[in-house]
Amino acid sequence: MNKFIVEKGVVLPLDRANVDTDFIIPKQFLKSIKRTGFGVNLFDEHRYLDKGLPDTDNSLRPINPDFVLNQSRYRDAKVLLAKDNFGCGSSREHAPWALDDYGFRAILAPSYADIFFNNCFKNGLLPIVLDKATISALFTEVEANEGYQLEVDLEQQTIIKPDGSTIEFSVDAFRKNCLLNGLDDIGLTLEGSETIRNFEKSWRSTAPWYFMTPNATTT
Amino acid sequence: MKTVKSVLVNKMSSKTLYDKIWDTHLVSEREDGTALIYIDRHLIHEVTSPQAFEGLRLAGRLPWRADANFATPDHNIPTTTEERKQGLEGIKDPVSKIQVRTLDDNCAEFGIFELKMADARQGIVHVVGPEQGATLPGMTIVCGDSHTSTHGALGALAHGIGTSEVEHVLATQCLMQKKARNMLVRIDGQLKAGCTAKDIVLAIIGKIGTAGGTGFTIEFGGEAIQALSVEGRMTVCNMAIEAGARAGLIAVDEKTLDYIKGRPFAPSGELWEQAAQSWRSLVSDTDATFDEVVVLQAEDIEPQVTWGTSPEMVAPITGNVPDPAQEADETKRGNIQQALAYMGLQGGTAIKEIKLDCIFIGSCTNSRIEDLRAAANVVKGKKVANSVEVAMVVPGSGLVKKQAEAEGLDRIFIEAGLEWREPGCSMCLAMNADQLGEGKHCASTSNRNFEGRQGFGGRTHLVSPAMAAAAAIAGHFVDIRELG
Repeated sequence: MNKFIVEKGVVLPLDRANVDTDFIIPKQFLKSIKRTGFGVNLFDEHRYLDKGLPDTDNSLRPINPDFVLNQSRYRDAKVLLAKDNFGCGSSREHAPWALDDYGFRAILAPSYADIFFNNCFKNGLLPIVLDKATISALFTEVEANEGYQLEVDLEQQTIIKPDGSTIEFSVDAFRKNCLLNGLDDIGLTLEGSETIRNFEKSWRSTAPWYFMTPNATTT
Repeated sequence: MKTVKSVLVNKMSSKTLYDKIWDTHLVSEREDGTALIYIDRHLIHEVTSPQAFEGLRLAGRLPWRADANFATPDHNIPTTTEERKQGLEGIKDPVSKIQVRTLDDNCAEFGIFELKMADARQGIVHVVGPEQGATLPGMTIVCGDSHTSTHGALGALAHGIGTSEVEHVLATQCLMQKKARNMLVRIDGQLKAGCTAKDIVLAIIGKIGTAGGTGFTIEFGGEAIQALSVEGRMTVCNMAIEAGARAGLIAVDEKTLDYIKGRPFAPSGELWEQAAQSWRSLVSDTDATFDEVVVLQAEDIEPQVTWGTSPEMVAPITGNVPDPAQEADETKRGNIQQALAYMGLQGGTAIKEIKLDCIFIGSCTNSRIEDLRAAANVVKGKKVANSVEVAMVVPGSGLVKKQAEAEGLDRIFIEAGLEWREPGCSMCLAMNADQLGEGKHCASTSNRNFEGRQGFGGRTHLVSPAMAAAAAIAGHFVDIRELG
């Protein structure tokens, strides 16, 4: 997993509540068996004017000039500023993959859907929760100042604004450590293999009905 | 890390159903509350698993316990009988074909049980799991699919996960997470005739909103929930995620046990007796405390229809599409305007005046035998309105299809002018060829009315199977209670 230590970049404001994962990456792109290449189809239904299909040359498609992602002032954005309940809907990890592949490194929103929030951390993408007033003020500042950038410092848990002022944020200590060090969750869990094995043995004797194999039953 | 035993001793006081299942599956817990939870059942489909299997291969890992896994393809397989007869070759989209073949290959390589596309028992994973008895009370169940909450109807702790977690479960049989909070949604009283499990859950979402359950596990209880069949309970738990909760739960009762007994993966004989005895304790203690309690009166619930682009944008059939001008809150007004623009609806329009171009009866929410019976009952001896361009019934599994055909439901649908399809997710998310046309209105028994969900530019209205069937005949929404 990619490490996240300090990231600085242009902020892109997505002024819409309840952005669902179909909005982030439409279903037709979920047919890929790879983890990469989703960035060109991020926000596909709003970014382009036509219907997107996998394996097409997106550079030939008509773009929607009104959509924020297509505005030159937000080119190469790294920080996504969003509204309530961002990432609701399906569990597709293709949503954080698409955001990451496009180049986003951090998201700032008042709230997120649980599964999406969790999926972000698995991909080196940092979803930060800030109160509504702070988010609202950031929307105003970003829209008023072309080239507005924020620096996100995970170690210090601060967001540094262009004028040098800072916003503190909280993050789960365990997840912070994983992101700072780019740790592999599976490797960490497997360090406790013996504990899992002991648990499993005891659970198997308590509740053997959960350990029946399909072959042991008739269909 | 402390061990599970000490936790059990410390928590002998009253517990919710969620607390009980959590505690029995707690492998270890860090100081900060990050826990390792043992997973009994891992359900797998073709869309969210290929990258996880690839991850295992790259790391040189094997599944921790292959027999805990259960796979079936469902999301992007074709649903016409003609295509299905041809097996994998019948999948016209080459990308979809690769994905389905990759699932077959991965299951073969890692020794994972799979009901393949051609198997008579194949179907939507959330229909097939309970049907096969692969879902049992008190289990922890995960799947790379948000509608895994469905399985909570049988008293299992079940929720969706992302692909990284699919890989984590494959490799370790565990999941790393923090415990959610407890919410009770209680439905008191009795549902009125014509109102169903779908109407209950849409009414709940209308009340608490799509983020109302975020951070919670919701237990659904109360007289109206107890009165539901197990299939109806699955419809309710299925949409817990639409209320923001990863998992929904319903207490085990004799209906639950009757449903499970005799299913292929369920224990039998002496083991059944032991298991059933243990499962009877899977209810929240009477003095258990919930962090939040929401109460609805069943008598107040009318047949529900969504009018917007989020499941919380819902109204009773007797109601109207909201008028943005009447909304004082600026954000809400903006949301309504955005939704109405997409849906092509005027504020104030009566729900009954909304005309339909398409009818979809299917999905993990409403594609079980009782759903099909309810829909068939409405269309029997009638004809789909001429203005309806597409009307299809997609059973949730091969076994549901077989049962429906044994009861003659297929004939009823076909004679009424509905298409009778092969099992799969179909137009719920339109990853296969079953796609809603741009600008078309669809009465759908599925779970999401997001923009583009059922097809680019498509306009979805979520309803119960009986309401979808009635709309098919009338060509617009009608109050199912007014039909003779």
